[in-house]
Amino acid sequence: MDIQALKDTFEFFDDWEDKYRFVIDLGKDLPTLDTSQRVDENIIRGCQSQVWLVHEFRDNTLHFAMDSDAHIVRGLISIVLIALNDRSPEEILATDIEALFEELQLLSHLSATRGNGLRAMIQRIRQVAGAAN
Amino acid sequence: MSIRADFPILQRSSRGRPLVYLDNAATSQKPAVVIDAVNNYYQTCNANVHRAAHELAEQATEAMENARIAVRNFVNATREEEIVFTRGTTEAINLLANVLSDRIKSGQDIVITELEHHSNIVPWQMLAQRTGAQIKVIAIDDYGNIDLDDAANKLTPNTAILAFTHVSNGLGSITPAAQLIAQAQAVNALTIVDGAQAALHLPLDVQALGCDFYVFSGHKLYAPTGIGVLYGRYDLLCELPPWQGGGEMIEHVSFEQSTYQLPPYRFEAGTPNIADAIGLGAALSYLQTIPRAQLVSAEDRLVTNALSELRQIPGVRIVGEPEQRSAVISFLLEQGHPNDVGTLLDQQGVAVRAGHHCNMPLMQRLGVPGTVRASFSLYNNDEDVTRLLEAVEKASTFL
Repeated sequence: MDIQALKDTFEFFDDWEDKYRFVIDLGKDLPTLDTSQRVDENIIRGCQSQVWLVHEFRDNTLHFAMDSDAHIVRGLISIVLIALNDRSPEEILATDIEALFEELQLLSHLSATRGNGLRAMIQRIRQVAGAAN
Repeated sequence: MSIRADFPILQRSSRGRPLVYLDNAATSQKPAVVIDAVNNYYQTCNANVHRAAHELAEQATEAMENARIAVRNFVNATREEEIVFTRGTTEAINLLANVLSDRIKSGQDIVITELEHHSNIVPWQMLAQRTGAQIKVIAIDDYGNIDLDDAANKLTPNTAILAFTHVSNGLGSITPAAQLIAQAQAVNALTIVDGAQAALHLPLDVQALGCDFYVFSGHKLYAPTGIGVLYGRYDLLCELPPWQGGGEMIEHVSFEQSTYQLPPYRFEAGTPNIADAIGLGAALSYLQTIPRAQLVSAEDRLVTNALSELRQIPGVRIVGEPEQRSAVISFLLEQGHPNDVGTLLDQQGVAVRAGHHCNMPLMQRLGVPGTVRASFSLYNNDEDVTRLLEAVEKASTFL
């Protein structure tokens, strides 16, 4: 699924229930990280849930793999990956992920109050892209 | 009889539905009389206290000192000089952990319990690091009750301080405060009770409890944020040094040395939070105007109903089954992470807390990543319980 397909899908949702069922389904489809990768070195702790993030940089392309202990956060990670994965550092730095979340009406999940690790995760992705650039 | 009308915020909606506010253990809502008291202070008698020879300053000082008297009455202290205003529970504990430094010797024990909030753990760890003291932790059983046998083992003549919570913020356990204090006193340890959760739910009587110090926050007790209370036995407070230096806390200052005020002012350096202290006074007056005991028993009935109904929902696991419970229910939905459940409840206009509740060691002890916590207050009603149950049932269909 690409960003446009994602936006089109979200347009069909009448209420929060459809939207969150879809986000949770996205989360269920996200491959889990191996336990060897779910280690402290890769963790981003939130006060409600945590996120694990690993990456590889090959041929000017960043490949991320991420996981969380919460289903909805895993779904939101899938959306972040649709927007940012397998791209060059320049493309990643040029992507306005907040604008995408706002358009999908999911922006509150990136707010500081959520403590779900997502906000810090996006900062980490930008950091990695900045260092690779 | 409805006190809901006293709380303006309860009229609002959340996510398009009437707000169901069940996050009272995090902070309580404020009655209009408290909001008005703070407004009124700024509109009619804003001035700095304990100085300036003018009418406004007199009125501001009197209003703030009346709040101190209201707190003295609320906790049944012997005199108002035993009431120190702080920013909240956390600051009160940090104050104690600082001023008690000289009383702790290297190798002595600071005893806490597995139920403690981070704010009753970390300041003691910092004190232990400074002094070479060590932290010992009284165990709980799997239901969330303090293990009194373990308390007897941990409290020894080597114990300098016992600091424990009166009510667990994570599980709602009411701890056997009087027994713990008696055990600590038998070994001459100082006793500090974290009443952040208890002040909202239990009648307080520091003389009956016999503790040396009792701390709580205003904001969990219908008062504004940024104001809290340290109660300390007067003779003890007189022996303790100040922790912050500045205005208000001094008696005389020269470049060579300064002498300090008596308690409570010795511990209140700088301009205090006058407006919110007055707000706290208003909250305590408000509590006297409502039939509080009756409302607390109604609250207990709501919690009992919510508990038994939650148990009927497939997949729900109640975390913590203490013998004595305040108005807190922690639970998990087996299929989902607490964060998922919290988000799905929020979408239905039901405000709960999801996470570790600043109780990471307790969550580790119980082997859970966190919990969903519904916490009740005097203004919650049957409709709130119904909405909570509906929301949990619906959330369970998502996961």
